[in-house]
Amino acid sequence: MPDTPSLALSDLSFERDDIPLFAGVTVELLAGDVLQVAGPNGAGKTTLLRIISGALQPSSGVVLWRGEPMAAVRRVFRTSLLYMGHAPAIKAALTAEENLHWWRRMHPDANPANDREVLAKIGLRGLEGLPCYSLSAGQQRRVALARTLVSPASLWVLDEPFTAIDQQGIALLHSLMAGHLERGGLIVLATHQPLGLPDYKQLNLEEFAAVGVSPA
Amino acid sequence: MKAGAGDTAATARGDTVLAGSGFGAVLQRDLLLAFRRRGDIASPLIFFAIVVTLVPLGLSPAPDRLAGIAPGIIWVMALLASLLSIDGLFQSDYSDGVLEQMVISSQPLYLMVLAKVVAHWLISGLPLTLMAPLLAMMLSLPAAGYGTLLLGLLLGTATFSLTGAIGAALTVALRKGGVLLSLLVMPLYMPVLIFGSSSVQQAIDGFPVAGPLALLGALLAFALLVSPLASAGALRAGLQD
Repeated sequence: MPDTPSLALSDLSFERDDIPLFAGVTVELLAGDVLQVAGPNGAGKTTLLRIISGALQPSSGVVLWRGEPMAAVRRVFRTSLLYMGHAPAIKAALTAEENLHWWRRMHPDANPANDREVLAKIGLRGLEGLPCYSLSAGQQRRVALARTLVSPASLWVLDEPFTAIDQQGIALLHSLMAGHLERGGLIVLATHQPLGLPDYKQLNLEEFAAVGVSPA
Repeated sequence: MKAGAGDTAATARGDTVLAGSGFGAVLQRDLLLAFRRRGDIASPLIFFAIVVTLVPLGLSPAPDRLAGIAPGIIWVMALLASLLSIDGLFQSDYSDGVLEQMVISSQPLYLMVLAKVVAHWLISGLPLTLMAPLLAMMLSLPAAGYGTLLLGLLLGTATFSLTGAIGAALTVALRKGGVLLSLLVMPLYMPVLIFGSSSVQQAIDGFPVAGPLALLGALLAFALLVSPLASAGALRAGLQD
């Protein structure tokens, strides 16, 4: 099935400075699936998400996108990915509108909705013209989350998306995620919050902790 | 400022969206950011001006003594001013997560790095070059040297920005990369400094300057090819932690 997006992690392991962080992570996601990556602080949630995003190379194992190793389909994969890292990737000296506009120029295939309307939908009406350093942490998160409304990506990788966001924002993000899944998208997210989605897979990195296990 | 920002957004929205829009996007954003923090642009220029003003006071105001050292002083100061400002080239993008977004985006990183270097040169190297004749006058540089100084600095500061970017990319993930950056980049700056200041000296002495200027041009062409590639590789490696 070449047309439906699918993501598979095959026997991923990662070690930093020869200290293994996790090993043998194997998961398969099909269109409409959500994977919640859980685990205590330092278990490697962000590391795993960065490996999926392609910014970080795993020590061993492969990430498969539509059944192909990521290295072989990197260009296609990158246009199919929306990654939101630990830092919201917002330029503090630019306004919310300029930040979204920049992101849109970097992703020419983004849907051509009006930036102001998109920001209003995400709860930033009237704040489009303010520099982001004068916005609260939660509002800055929302500026980053506005990308989910214009991105054509089928895979969302979200690192702690609920950080600093109020109850309404969490509800909004849930409805955005539900809509994305209905359209046949995939979501991988790291969070400690229980998800308000009907069905989702869980990956507890604690179970894959490789401390004390000899890699050989 | 709000109205101005709206205008740029509106005109840019009308642009035809091309696959290679990463270069334009990064260049425009970096120039906009620099415009928002004008103090950052001014500080290397002020440093450059202060040092050149202090030289006659500390050394001797005699025009013939100053004229002999003027090419060297101006070139060394241009080098240091460039080195001072290149440190932060990738730093803010690294700490706010934008660099990671650039690395994993579908746009070629080579062009985005080149755009950042071009922006850096436009806000540091170019104004510095334009200011140089004024400072040369304060150091009583003979009239024969002005053209060569301007042309040489135009080529040389661009090479400084390009080679400095490699060092900035290599040290981006380090907490305090400043000293290491200087050590890495300094040897690469030296040929530019040597040919640059000697070209001005040769112009003053009445010798042809095509040779050293051509060498500066060749160094720039080489840096233009190699530096974005090396910087992009260094940035990717810097995120592997």
